Amino acid sequence: MKCDSLTRAFTLLIRRDLILAMRHRAEMANPLLFFILVTSLFPLGIGANPNLLQAVGPGIIWVAALLAALLSLDSVFRSDFEDGTLEQYLLSSHPVSVLVLAKVLAHWLITGLPLLLVSPLLGVLLDLPAAGIKVLFVTLLLGTPVLSLIGSVCVALTVGLRKGGMILSLLVLPLYVPLLIFASSAVDTAAAGLPVTAHLSLIAALLVLALSLSPFATAAALRVSLS
Amino acid sequence: MRAIVIHLNGSRTPQVPVTQTQSCCLMAAGLECVRDDRVLFSDLAFRLEPGQALLLEGRNGSGKTSLLRILCGIRYPDAGTVSWNGSDIQRLGADYYQHTAYVGHRDGNKLDLTAQENLAMARALGRPGKVMPPAALEKVDLYGYEDVLTRNLSAGQQRRLALARLLVTDATLWILDEPFTSLDVHGIRIVEELLEAHTQAGGMLAVTSHHAVNLDRTTVQRINLSA
Repeated sequence: MKCDSLTRAFTLLIRRDLILAMRHRAEMANPLLFFILVTSLFPLGIGANPNLLQAVGPGIIWVAALLAALLSLDSVFRSDFEDGTLEQYLLSSHPVSVLVLAKVLAHWLITGLPLLLVSPLLGVLLDLPAAGIKVLFVTLLLGTPVLSLIGSVCVALTVGLRKGGMILSLLVLPLYVPLLIFASSAVDTAAAGLPVTAHLSLIAALLVLALSLSPFATAAALRVSLS
Repeated sequence: MRAIVIHLNGSRTPQVPVTQTQSCCLMAAGLECVRDDRVLFSDLAFRLEPGQALLLEGRNGSGKTSLLRILCGIRYPDAGTVSWNGSDIQRLGADYYQHTAYVGHRDGNKLDLTAQENLAMARALGRPGKVMPPAALEKVDLYGYEDVLTRNLSAGQQRRLALARLLVTDATLWILDEPFTSLDVHGIRIVEELLEAHTQAGGMLAVTSHHAVNLDRTTVQRINLSA
């Protein structure tokens, strides 16, 4: 019975966030548009030399994905904090970490999944080889949830501050660096025709680590921010 | 009156006699709240039992909201404890929140959800009660507004929607911060009747208000924080 009502709260929270996103479509499109624009401006800026593009392509796509995630992060808890619904989560009879996980999952569905879906097209735009595009897709599939999960901890810490944006970027970007390094080098390695199992395993390990620890850290950070 | 039980490891834990744990009660002892180096209140103690209301009075900035947030467990007291049925609320966590419902300064409604969607979420977050969202809306005189976006409701209607949250969960203790803000005479009467019905049914109330609260059939304890 208890477990049942927890599942219900979890799915209802995800559905609620998706409904809210649908009613704010412009906000939802913002990170995706940023991702596409930044990536497609690079070939114009540095010239359409296929070798050069292939060399910098993976890095460009990943940096753009990272900045797009940063752009959308503040919305995870900001509006909930401002209208008082965040207090209601903390005072819920369900574990806050589970509710937080639902929020982060919804955030990934709204902002991470669209990036993932357009990434093969951008790979073609930067003239990545087919093997590289495939691995790019897998790294984004494993990596974008990590961006949302790590980001949620930092947002939870800064949500109580009036101008938290600056501190948020300073907090969150260093934590994204390992992922950026492993992911872009995985795509490079794949494009060179070498095996990438080790890179992907490391990114998967980051995902497992973030998935198991960050909901608890976020819940604790929200308590600190609201007290 | 308290029995001291000595555990095997030698620690002494005071245990509340069995008769007290049977009836639920909210108890505060030695509460102190310090804000910006000013002591708002200290050594505050009270005991609230089923059917009783606690009315907090005092000037602006005298610590009414802080006290309510301490009772919710959102804010930590600088000294003292709040206990529910004899156990510290910080330790009870979600077990305590099964029995509480909180309506704060901010309404805690999502402006881009309909009235009914807001209540459905609130119901899922707590321990679901017998009253369904449409019936709860009818009780706060919002019948016919089920599918209206909360953004399009007036301030008083939004406040009544927030108070309807109290009805959809099965909470014993209602913690209300200025429930009558922006309500008209008719709205105030509706809410007073709801509060009265709650205490008559064995519920408890902790309320701050600038208005005079007419709860004729309820035992009211008044605490004046400015005194």
